[in-house]
Amino acid sequence: MSPYILCFLLFSVGIYGILRKRNIIKIIIGTVICEYAVNLFLIIFGYRMGGHAPIYSPDKDINNMVDPLVQALVLTAIVIGLATTALVVAVAIRIYEKYGTFDITKIRKLKG
Amino acid sequence: MLPLFVVVPLAAAFLIVILAKRFEFLSDFLSNLATGFSFILSCVLLFILSHSSLKVMVYKVGGWLPPFGVDLVIDGFSSFMLVTINIVAFMLNIFCISYMRKYSAKWKFYTLFLLMLVGMNGIVISGDIFNMFVFLEIASVASFALVAYGVEAEELEAAFKYIIMSAVASSFILLGIAFLYSYTSTLNLADIAGVLEAKGLSNVVILVNILFIMGFGLKAAIVPFHAWLPDAHPSAPAPVSSFLSGILIKALGVYVLIRIFYNIIGINRALLAVFTFLGVLSIMVGVLLALGQMDLKRLLAYHSISQVGYIILGLGLGTPLGILGGLFHLFNHSIFKSLLFLNSGAVEYSLGTRNLEEMGGLREKMPVTSSTSMAASMAISGVPPFNGFWSKLIIIVACIQVHKIGLAFWAVLGSILTLSSFMKVQKYAFFGSLKKAYQNLKEVPFSMQFAMLVLGIICVIGGILILPHFDSFFLFPAQQAVMRGLGYKGLIYSVLK
Repeated sequence: MSPYILCFLLFSVGIYGILRKRNIIKIIIGTVICEYAVNLFLIIFGYRMGGHAPIYSPDKDINNMVDPLVQALVLTAIVIGLATTALVVAVAIRIYEKYGTFDITKIRKLKG
Repeated sequence: MLPLFVVVPLAAAFLIVILAKRFEFLSDFLSNLATGFSFILSCVLLFILSHSSLKVMVYKVGGWLPPFGVDLVIDGFSSFMLVTINIVAFMLNIFCISYMRKYSAKWKFYTLFLLMLVGMNGIVISGDIFNMFVFLEIASVASFALVAYGVEAEELEAAFKYIIMSAVASSFILLGIAFLYSYTSTLNLADIAGVLEAKGLSNVVILVNILFIMGFGLKAAIVPFHAWLPDAHPSAPAPVSSFLSGILIKALGVYVLIRIFYNIIGINRALLAVFTFLGVLSIMVGVLLALGQMDLKRLLAYHSISQVGYIILGLGLGTPLGILGGLFHLFNHSIFKSLLFLNSGAVEYSLGTRNLEEMGGLREKMPVTSSTSMAASMAISGVPPFNGFWSKLIIIVACIQVHKIGLAFWAVLGSILTLSSFMKVQKYAFFGSLKKAYQNLKEVPFSMQFAMLVLGIICVIGGILILPHFDSFFLFPAQQAVMRGLGYKGLIYSVLK
């Protein structure tokens, strides 16, 4: 049970970073922590204690397998997260060029 | 045939990156070819599907049988969405030929635009929940880049807000998928439906419902989750605003919500109540915020929130008439909202401003823009005989049919407020006296006029789609597919055998 609780805590840390921090870079780090918490959660419930890799071999009889599907999913999710993070960091650099600050309370040219 | 919807735009995007850097003219040609081809293909598919007895087609990727392999599924609802997406995408691409001349690096724009199309087509035809998520992210990442396309201060700020909120939504969606997978041990939509029916509802499924409503609701910009839309949509170039407001929020948000809640998890009274409540809230909040706006594109963006509310309200009623109205309004809204954003783009192209107070008297100088804008404004406010009138009428009648007079009242009030808001747009922008600075104004180039005219004609004659004989090939199969509910899985199993 404790890995799941730790996972939830990690997710909460990410959400806290997004909601409470003023620095753009820290907000970005918050979103990354959120993503990683979800990825970790996926990996954890695919894992079995003392499990084997699900590779077929004629001489061995494997009963206790680790679920390989979630690992494939997480790889895809990491790649997607990388694309989003790269883009948002590029946007953050451009924002710094335009506004001269990373503080979101000072970046308020939009009305809404 | 089904993978072509993903393969063709993707191949075009790839070729544009390689070739159009050197040969500028190829970017226009290739992207129009790809979107035109996928539009024709979607029409052909609609025709084939309406004449086949099964009303569903399944493509097994790599020949693996689901649930072990990935499959692409198309039924009435998907083919309805495909036609809606591709008709708008094709018209926008024609509009772009002239409009995008004022931006540099046209080929980058077309690549991102086609990637967005790939994502949306993919979501609609995907029969696998994780593939849905991947396509959703492809469309989202392309749209992030397009919102920031102008790289001015406001655009970057809007893009940053959009990316952060969207990333949180994606995390929630992935978390929902993780819970669903841990409960059902499968990712195939039909298979999930089967396992859920066998296992019954539990607290995990309720948690998944909440996560999906948060995640996809944010993508659809339903009211408590709408804060990114009024910033992000106006910041993009006009064709992209049209695509975002007209199609993206529906393909990424509304379509997935409806598919998952009606066909996979199974709709119940509590969910329907949530949908109708969120729908009415969106209608009223969106339209009230729109009333005070003087920035044309921002005003249109707020109206998107309000009109999505109508779709959610219609579909949340859960009756056949309500679903028909919701789906019809989905199609209509994608047509007239893209047209309105194209009009705002045309005005911006000629005048260089989108502040309503600086416009005036454009009716004489820009007849095509002003007449199509008039048609779209009347359609969105629900004035007969334009298409928006019929869909709103169906939704309101459906509300009265289930004795929910309160909902009908809010829907009518929202419609009246929409009308007043668009009267303001017409008065400030197109009527009144022409400003001195704009005496030498010219109508926009032909390709932009053509796109606006086609969409305007659809606005005028769109009402025929609900007449008998016409509804049997477009709206009726979509309504049937949604109404089938949990019968979705049985249909797919029957095709696979």
